[in-house]
Amino acid sequence: MKSLIKVNENDVRWVEGMTLSELQTRYKPKADITVYNGFPVTDDIEVQPGDTVSFIRRGEKPGPEEMKRLLVARHSPQIYEKVNQRTIGIAGVGGLGSSLAIALARLSVGTLVLADFDIVEPSNLNRQQYLISQIGSLKVNALKDNLGAINPYLKIEIHAVKIDGSNIKEVFGDCDVIAECFDNPESKSELVEFVLKHLTAPIVAVSGIAGYQDVEKLLCRKLFDRLYVIGDGVTAAAPGMGLMAPKVGVAAHLQANKILELLLEMG
Amino acid sequence: MRIVVNGEDKDVDDGSSLTALVDDLGLAERRVVVELNQTIIDKTEYSETALADGDSLEIIQFVPGG
Repeated sequence: MKSLIKVNENDVRWVEGMTLSELQTRYKPKADITVYNGFPVTDDIEVQPGDTVSFIRRGEKPGPEEMKRLLVARHSPQIYEKVNQRTIGIAGVGGLGSSLAIALARLSVGTLVLADFDIVEPSNLNRQQYLISQIGSLKVNALKDNLGAINPYLKIEIHAVKIDGSNIKEVFGDCDVIAECFDNPESKSELVEFVLKHLTAPIVAVSGIAGYQDVEKLLCRKLFDRLYVIGDGVTAAAPGMGLMAPKVGVAAHLQANKILELLLEMG
Repeated sequence: MRIVVNGEDKDVDDGSSLTALVDDLGLAERRVVVELNQTIIDKTEYSETALADGDSLEIIQFVPGG
């Protein structure tokens, strides 16, 4: 059986002693970035059977087929394949949900299910991933546009509805993991209770992320069987203790990282 | 009778309901999620859920912000 390597996602027959610089000269002479097994390298390395190599020319805008290959090239092999077949539900796409969605889009999860009834307002822009030009748009529509510009291969399902006990199952019933990203504590409680009681997916929720102090207390705790909670549990958004981009962003990315861990545990 | 709430012992009146306990702890019923002896209890069942000696509860209350 002949041994193969992947060069810009095409199969190439491996020959003993083959190096990255030889491959680059042959397949992409003008490239200035080399990604070797999901990691950018500058050293010349002797490649081995099964290796994956991508050569990229800085600033060059690739065509659609090559674009897909280049986007995939930077993902760590074995992780991309696992997360790319999964569906994640995001309940609320404000400060938490919009940042979480972007992190998951960059990770190349398969499908995002986004639910939010609200529109983009000027007061959202201190922390939420929207643009001034999107003020007045439904958040789910604006976020879908923004995510599509980052990762056009991401499948996105949007629901411009208020989530409550009457529609949680219909909207999030097929998700592998659900993220609770609401602002309102009653909505947080209702969603978490419903998911733990009536669905089987794990849920990653957030509580206590206002202000800027004690950001290191935003650790992820496992509570109950399928519930993970990020936040200090007590620092509520209130007059004089607003929600700000840095701490909300940390919480959203802790959510994203926990979701990645959960997806990888699923195999 | 004695129950355990979030890992700590607590004395409550015999036959106390879950509604009474949530209230006694100063928590808002609509913001909490309660696990009683490892079963999640629906909010609609709090008032008719009578606690028993030795029950173990985990209660989380959510705060605003997202």
